[in-house]
Amino acid sequence: MKKTIPDIELMERGHQACLGCGAAHAMRYLLKGLGPKTIAAIPACCWAVIPGVYPYSCMDVPLQYVAFETTGASISGIEAALRAKGKKEGTTVVGWAGDGGTLDIGIQALSGAVERGHDVKYVCYDNEAYMNTGIQRSSATPFGAWTTTTPVGTTKAWKLSPKKNIVEIMVAHDIPYACTASVAYPEDLIKKAQKMKDITGPCFMHIYAPCPTGWKYPPEKTIELARLATDTCIFPLYEVTNGKYRITKRIKDEKKKDVLDYLRMQGRFKSLDEGAIQSIRDHVDFEWARLLRKEECFGEEQ
Amino acid sequence: MAKPMALSGNFAAAYATKQINPHVVAAYPITPQTLMMEKFSEYVANGEVDTELVCVESEHSAMSACIGAAAAGGRVITSTAANGLALMFEVVYIAASLRLPITMCVMNRALSGPINIHGDHSDSMGTRDSGWIQIFNENAQEVYDTMFQAVRIGEHKDVMLPVMVNFDGFITSHKFERVDTLDDAAVRDYVGTYTPEHSLLDTEDPVTYGPLDLFDYYFEHKRQQVDAMRNALPVAREVLTSYARETGQNEYDIIEAYHLDDADVAIVALSSTAGTAKFVVDRMRAEGKKVGLLKIRLFRPFPVEAVREALAGVKQVAVLDRSDSFGAYGGPVFAEVRNALYDAESRPGIVDYIYGLGGRDINAVDIEGVYNRMLSASGRMAGDVQYLGVRGD
Repeated sequence: MKKTIPDIELMERGHQACLGCGAAHAMRYLLKGLGPKTIAAIPACCWAVIPGVYPYSCMDVPLQYVAFETTGASISGIEAALRAKGKKEGTTVVGWAGDGGTLDIGIQALSGAVERGHDVKYVCYDNEAYMNTGIQRSSATPFGAWTTTTPVGTTKAWKLSPKKNIVEIMVAHDIPYACTASVAYPEDLIKKAQKMKDITGPCFMHIYAPCPTGWKYPPEKTIELARLATDTCIFPLYEVTNGKYRITKRIKDEKKKDVLDYLRMQGRFKSLDEGAIQSIRDHVDFEWARLLRKEECFGEEQ
Repeated sequence: MAKPMALSGNFAAAYATKQINPHVVAAYPITPQTLMMEKFSEYVANGEVDTELVCVESEHSAMSACIGAAAAGGRVITSTAANGLALMFEVVYIAASLRLPITMCVMNRALSGPINIHGDHSDSMGTRDSGWIQIFNENAQEVYDTMFQAVRIGEHKDVMLPVMVNFDGFITSHKFERVDTLDDAAVRDYVGTYTPEHSLLDTEDPVTYGPLDLFDYYFEHKRQQVDAMRNALPVAREVLTSYARETGQNEYDIIEAYHLDDADVAIVALSSTAGTAKFVVDRMRAEGKKVGLLKIRLFRPFPVEAVREALAGVKQVAVLDRSDSFGAYGGPVFAEVRNALYDAESRPGIVDYIYGLGGRDINAVDIEGVYNRMLSASGRMAGDVQYLGVRGD
C-alpha cells in the first residue's frame, strides 16, 4: 500500500491538548509537510499550552513562544536573522497562531510581515473562538454561534456578525500563496504545507480545527465534523497562488450536504431558530457561489 | 585613531550602529528618534552595512522582531522614544526575561497625554523595572561610546540582558557636537563577534524559548534573572572603566562624581542636565562655594554602593528628577538615591526637584537656585519634593 502521509513525526506523544483537539492534528500534519528544518513561533493560544509545561515539550523543532499579537513580527525577526547569518537556505520559519491571535490581536503584525514580503509561513489554526481563555468570541466566530461572551440570554442570543474572511484579507496583500486546509483532509493539508515550503516569500494557511470543548460535541466527532464543514461548503478547501484561485476539494452540487447536518452536531448552535439557520444557509451558498466565480474568473489557466 | 566628527546624538547612535554592523535592526519611526533610523537606512541603501533592516509597522512589532532575531542568534539594535516605548512595554519585559542582549536607544521624550514630543524621562522610567540595563547619557560623545559598551555589557556571558541607551530627546538627539569616533576596525575589535550559547537556528538540536513555565520553575527563572542583573553591575563597571584603556577614548564609569570630594552640597542628575550642572558647579566653585554634582550613568542596575560612597561627606543633596512617579514619594531617581543613603554612616539631608517635564527648559540659573537654597538653608532640608520651573509653585 502506498502511504499518503509522510512517516516523519516532529510532534511527539505526550502533548496536553484536550481529547479530540483539532489543533493537535493540525500541527502534526503541518510539520509532516514542512519537515525537520523548521523553526516555529507560537503566541498565546491553546498551542502555548499543548506542547507541555516547562521542562517538558512534545516538539522536535526549535520553538519560540511569543507575545499574543506578535507572531507576524516575531517570524519576521527570526527570518531576518537567518538571512543575515547566511543560514536561510532550506530552513522554513513558520508562525503558528490561533484565530484570535491571527484575525484579531495579531492581524497588524501579520499584515506587516506579509506586506514586507518576508520569507515566512503563517499558519492560523481556527477553532472559531478564544478557546484557551474559555470560549470567548473572536472575529473568526461564525454568525449564530454561542460563546461565553455571546451567550444566549433573554434579549440577545449568539454572535450576530459574520466570520472575518482572513484568506481574502491575505489575498488583498498580493501574497504569493494563501490557502485553506482542514484536519479532515490531511493529504491536502500536507501537500499545501509542502508547497508553502518551496515558495520563497510569505505564505498563509488557514486550517479548520474543530474544538469539542468549545463547540460542544463529542471528541470522537472532530474529523467527521471537519469533513462536514467542507462538504457543506461552510469551509471550502482552496488555494490562491499569485492571485489565481483553485478549489482543491470540489463539492458537486448533488453531493453538497445541508448546513443543518453540521449545525445539529454542535451544542454551540443549539438555540438557533429556523430563520437563523436559513440565513446561515443563504450565506454559505452565497459565499460558495462567489468562490466558484472567483475560480472561474481568476483561476489557473486550463 | 580617533577621528573628530560633527554628530547629533541621533547621528552618533546611527554611526555607532553602522560600525557595529549588527545582523538585524528593526524599528518604527517616532519623534525624536527618526533621524537615527533615516541615517541608518542610508547606510543600508549604500551597502555600508550587512544588516537586515526591518521597517516594521509598530514599535510593538519592532521589539518583537528584535526578540525573534536575537533568539535566532543575531546581534540586534533598535531605537524608540516615549509612546513607542510605552507600546513596546509588554515585549520589553519579554526581551529581558528571555535573556536577549538587544541594544535599544531611547531618545527620552515625554509620554502622552497631552501629546508632547519633547524631552523628559517618563518613558524610560516607566520601564525601569523591566529587567533592562539602563544607561543615561549626557551628550553625543557618550551616546557614541555607550553603544559599544552596551554591546559588551549585554552580551557578557554572566549578564545576557538587553541594554537601553538613553539620551535626552531633542536636547541631545538633535544637537550637533564634536564626537571623537573610532575607526571601523577598532570598533570591530572592541565589540567582537556574537556567538550565543543557544539559538533557534539549530534545527539539529532544537531549543525552546519562553515556554509555559508555571509554579514549578518560573520563580527560579526569575531568580536567575535577578542574578544576571546583579552581575551586570560589576560587569558594567569593568566594561566602562576599561573602555578608555582599550579604545583610547574618554574615561567612563557607572557614575561620575564632579567636585564631590569636598562638597558640602550636591545635586544628583541624569543625562544632559548634568552638563548644565557642571557649568554651574564651575561657576560657583570659582566663587568659593563648595558645590558638587553626582551624575548617574547606570540607572539599572542601580549602583547603590557607588552612589552612597560618592555622597559620603556631603551634608545636603538635591535630586533632579525629569519624570514624576504619580502617587509615589518623589521621582524615581529620588527614591533610589534616598534608599541608597538610608544605610550611609552620615546621612545627608535629601530633597527632590521634579523638573523639565515635556521638555521645559532647565537653565543654569535654575540649577544655581537649587544650590543656593541648599547652601542658605538654616538646617537640614529633608523629605521635600518640589517642582522646579513650573507655574503656580
